[in-house]
Amino acid sequence: PTAVKISLIDMLSETGLQVIEATSFVSPRWVPQMADHAEVMQGINKLPGVSYPVLTPNLKGFQAAVAAGAKEVSVFGAASELFTKKNINCSIEESLERFSGVMSAARAASIPVRGYVSCVLGCPYEGKISAAKVAEVSKKMYSMGCYEISLGDTIGIGTPGSMKEMLTAVMKEVPVGALAVHCHDTYGQALANILVALQMGVSVVDASVAGLGGCPYAQGASGNVATEDLVYMLHGLGIHTGVDLQKLMDTGTFICNALNRRTNSKVAQALCRL
Amino acid sequence: QECQASGLPEYIKIVEVGPRDGLQNEKVMVPTDTKIELINRLSKTGLPAIEVTSFVSSKWVPQMADHKEVMRGIERHPGVRYPVLTPNLQGFHSAIAAGATEVSVFGAASESFSKMNINCSIEESIEKFEEVVKSAKNMNIPVRGYVSCALGCPYEGNVTPAKVAEVSKRLYSMGCYEISLGDTIGVGTPGSMKRMLEAVMKEIPLSALAVHCHDTYGQALANILTAIQMGVVVVDSSVAGLGGCPYAKGATGNVATEDVIYMLNGLGINTGVNLYTVMEAGNFICTALNKKTNSKVAQASFNTGTI
Repeated sequence: PTAVKISLIDMLSETGLQVIEATSFVSPRWVPQMADHAEVMQGINKLPGVSYPVLTPNLKGFQAAVAAGAKEVSVFGAASELFTKKNINCSIEESLERFSGVMSAARAASIPVRGYVSCVLGCPYEGKISAAKVAEVSKKMYSMGCYEISLGDTIGIGTPGSMKEMLTAVMKEVPVGALAVHCHDTYGQALANILVALQMGVSVVDASVAGLGGCPYAQGASGNVATEDLVYMLHGLGIHTGVDLQKLMDTGTFICNALNRRTNSKVAQALCRL
Repeated sequence: QECQASGLPEYIKIVEVGPRDGLQNEKVMVPTDTKIELINRLSKTGLPAIEVTSFVSSKWVPQMADHKEVMRGIERHPGVRYPVLTPNLQGFHSAIAAGATEVSVFGAASESFSKMNINCSIEESIEKFEEVVKSAKNMNIPVRGYVSCALGCPYEGNVTPAKVAEVSKRLYSMGCYEISLGDTIGVGTPGSMKRMLEAVMKEIPLSALAVHCHDTYGQALANILTAIQMGVVVVDSSVAGLGGCPYAKGATGNVATEDVIYMLNGLGINTGVNLYTVMEAGNFICTALNKKTNSKVAQASFNTGTI
């Protein structure tokens, strides 16, 4: 329910997280779970210093987002032609053309745009994805004006080896300061992959509280890496995140109760005695 | 080769601890036949070492009461080692009588843990192990040494790298051919793993070190990666991630062998192990235990039908 989404975001805002992806301005026909995007955007308590980006797949979504108060948007590309075809029914080139409309409008409104590249370490349809292709798509999106490129291991198939190879190629085209990694934990590799990315200079990492979000391509498999587990590792490494792990775990407990499901975070499992 | 260029080892030896460490920490008591079947399946995967059982009093560890039967009942594949735990001389003799050809002793880097676990100080435990190692040496039986609480203790909290190095050195000097450093409660992170290994590597050659990471906080693979980046070439793991954590109710314990192999395969590192057959063995034991696997690779693979 909308109220639960708003509470979740408000609780996340209190943890010290600086960026919280709030919702998606996509047609409810395609993504019914995000149908309440305008209400959520208008209902959340926006803390100063915290960013609340939203997905905007096209100009219409962008305009709706701005009308609802969005101050930052994201666009989603992919390094796989087949994935793009199956996901949004067009080619990579066509998808980038669609984004250029959003990019121009965003520039005019001084709204920053984050670019996502899916399937950077493998595709559920094509299988292997070349690092060169990832670099090419990332470069295009960066040149179009995205301030940051989030490289997504969409099916979690990557390992530290493929992560390194992919980042090496991308870093030739996009400055490392503009790169983020979005690792899925479907094969348990997320933290190891994130560690390698950090070792190579990446300093932006996407994660999901309680590891919310399964993998639509592997029934029963996990998806997003849990923010709690990531923060635990970073703090253990002496890396500053500004995030309060206890508050984060409390937020995870809240949403898992609301969803009537167990957390996917191992840190939460270990520390929250049931 | 990709792995050579990145400074990673070409080959990692996997020590499979599922049948012992794994089953010992599962709530369900497993019949002897099932244990033997599991070990026989694991013997066909290419795993070079499989920890079979523990020759400890059944009063303390009832799940391992059938140690003699298991030891005698398993198939012994050439090229595969079948170590067993022997906490003292009595256990050692019993193990040899049952046909064991390699044994392990368990020390700890924490006094409190040693006291709570085996009711004696670190020093006293080392004296007991010395007896085992001496007898083992006389019979040309290799001894592996474990050091628990290498990255933290459920009672003492922080454990200093210096203490880990000290205990490791004692075990190595007395004759253990390999020292397995255990993050017993899985609290370690790549930061603490690095600091601990740096201290231990000053006292013990890299080739004699192994890491035994628990995944209680989801850190195992990242910690293992850190260890192999530093040159460690032996990794302990448990099929299907068998074995919960006795110190954190409901939490996971051992890292899953399948997930480790997946990572090593992806890094181009040779293990000699067939991932698919390990997953099948994992599927077998999880069915027998009526539980879900703790391996994410197995979860993902069995559900898409693709391996």
